Amino acid sequence: MTADETIANPIAGVFDDVAATPGSAKPDPIIVADDVQRRFGGLLAVNVDHLEIQRGSITALIGPNGAGKTTFFNLLTSFDKQDGGRIQFDGADITSVPSYKLAKRGMVRTFQLTKALSRMTVIDNMKLGATGQVGESLWKALLPVWGAQEREIEERADALLERFNLTHMRDEFAGTMSGGQRKLVEMARALMTEPKLVMLDEPMAGVNPALTQSLLGHVKGLRAEGRTVIFVEHDMDVVRDISDWVVVMAEGSIIAEGTPDDIGANQEVIDAYLGAHTDSDFFDDIETAVAAEAGSPERRGDES
Amino acid sequence: MDWGFILERTFSTMLGVEVMVFAMAAVGLNIQFGYAGLLNFGQVGFMAAGAYGLGVTINYFQWSFAVGILFGVVYSIVLALILGVPTLRLRADYLAIVTIAASETIRLFVRWRQMKEITGASEGIGGFADPFYDFALNPFNPGQRYDFGPFSYLGRDLWVLTVGWILLIVMVLLVKRLMSSPWGRALKAIREDEDAARALGKNAYMYKLQALMLGGVIGGFAGMLQVVQKGSIQPDTFNPVITFTIWAILILGGPGRTWSPIVGSMIYWALISFLENVLRQLPDGPAGALEDTIKLSDFNISQLRFILVGLGLLLLARYRPQGIFGSREEMALNDR
Repeated sequence: MTADETIANPIAGVFDDVAATPGSAKPDPIIVADDVQRRFGGLLAVNVDHLEIQRGSITALIGPNGAGKTTFFNLLTSFDKQDGGRIQFDGADITSVPSYKLAKRGMVRTFQLTKALSRMTVIDNMKLGATGQVGESLWKALLPVWGAQEREIEERADALLERFNLTHMRDEFAGTMSGGQRKLVEMARALMTEPKLVMLDEPMAGVNPALTQSLLGHVKGLRAEGRTVIFVEHDMDVVRDISDWVVVMAEGSIIAEGTPDDIGANQEVIDAYLGAHTDSDFFDDIETAVAAEAGSPERRGDES
Repeated sequence: MDWGFILERTFSTMLGVEVMVFAMAAVGLNIQFGYAGLLNFGQVGFMAAGAYGLGVTINYFQWSFAVGILFGVVYSIVLALILGVPTLRLRADYLAIVTIAASETIRLFVRWRQMKEITGASEGIGGFADPFYDFALNPFNPGQRYDFGPFSYLGRDLWVLTVGWILLIVMVLLVKRLMSSPWGRALKAIREDEDAARALGKNAYMYKLQALMLGGVIGGFAGMLQVVQKGSIQPDTFNPVITFTIWAILILGGPGRTWSPIVGSMIYWALISFLENVLRQLPDGPAGALEDTIKLSDFNISQLRFILVGLGLLLLARYRPQGIFGSREEMALNDR
């Protein structure tokens, strides 16, 4: 982690005066969600009264399996339709804006199951990410009007590949890459949209410990560039390491908010994870609970 | 056996009307399936839309040939919208079901007796193609025979072939240009993973609809050329077997490759022609043997050649599933 410590945190101290209570107000929210609900039959999968996400911060969304994290993610990104409520992004209502329009507004997401476009080269994967491409219209694609923009996009893509140490994979099919490399490509591709807000759904899942460190560095790099990051994660070491603020969901609702230290001491959170009172260290307990739930105690072993 | 004659027939088939028409229909299907991943099992419906757009406009409405072509295009686009608008938001299989049903519905509709006045019902439409052959730029005399070395063509067919092949090459080059553009890149991304494309700001639904329309219009042109060459429109020629032949041709060539529709069509029809001519000219020994064992007669030969081609396709699927042009490595990536 030594190298990562040098990456600046431009918003250090912003959360000093923010109350560690669910739905607390932030100084400069980029996302404001009100009364967001999503029902699957009789199950209220998401029921968020009020949530603000601080601009420029790294916010972690955690919670036990089935807490509604990914569903809430899908609602924020319009990949799912809410049954009620309002979502604001960057001051504008995006409640019924279709998902493909959000990329142009500066919101981009990645997926829990990595979606590398297998039968396209890595560089084509990257170039796809650029928004506002003239040659994406059927008629203009036939005319010689997109060449200059294409070269500019390719330069930007190459620079990002360089930053993510993927230059050697440039002309390979994305499908030939390892799981970790796919995570990197997906993140780099998302950056091609020049987003204000990056939403990462389990960015570290299935990634080996060495690459996790590199990914963590990249996420901190996003914050250093002034971008906002929201991510869903199960690995508590990761959460503690990079997040400025932690939002805890359980059974569809937000049950706690706070800095990683606040959350570590929050009895309600511990109950949500373990379903029982306990006085041992919170993060260790959660780790155990998560590992048991995922049925993979090796993951902890990897890190030691 | 006269091998010279067999090869001559086989090669002249490779430049013939069937190869040209089916290659064009396959170019359309290649956009839809090869690049956009759309399962269109009703390409023959688009051919019928083009053909009847042309025929009905000229024969029933008494409008000019040019307007007929325009309506052939319009009918194809309308068909694509009817099929695509309700289904393209759903999972891929819905389009497959709807297209195969629609292509049969079209055939049954145009041969319906109530439609006799407009579509000619089961007798079809004739006498609409003359303006095509009387066109001022046509350098060939329709009734005359033209010889090119061993090949001999009627002036009428030569004109269809000239126009058809030029059109086909232009379409393939158009597709090549489109697929190397950002539009084509977005289309391929949607084929690979629609959600990823949407997350990156691509309106997947619109792209798929455009691909369906573009491929449909090209299929419509294939239908128009086919009926212009025949000089008549017969509803029962637009049966599902045509669609499956187009699929076989595309898969033979390799989906998602620029020239695969043309090469696939050439190989398919050359094989049919080759087998037919070989079977017809078998020496007495083997011919007698075949007649005794599988009752092979002149009539059965046309059936047997399709059986043999089917066997060939089966072997292709087993040993070269990616088609002539496809790359096996690329195909394997799909399974992960």
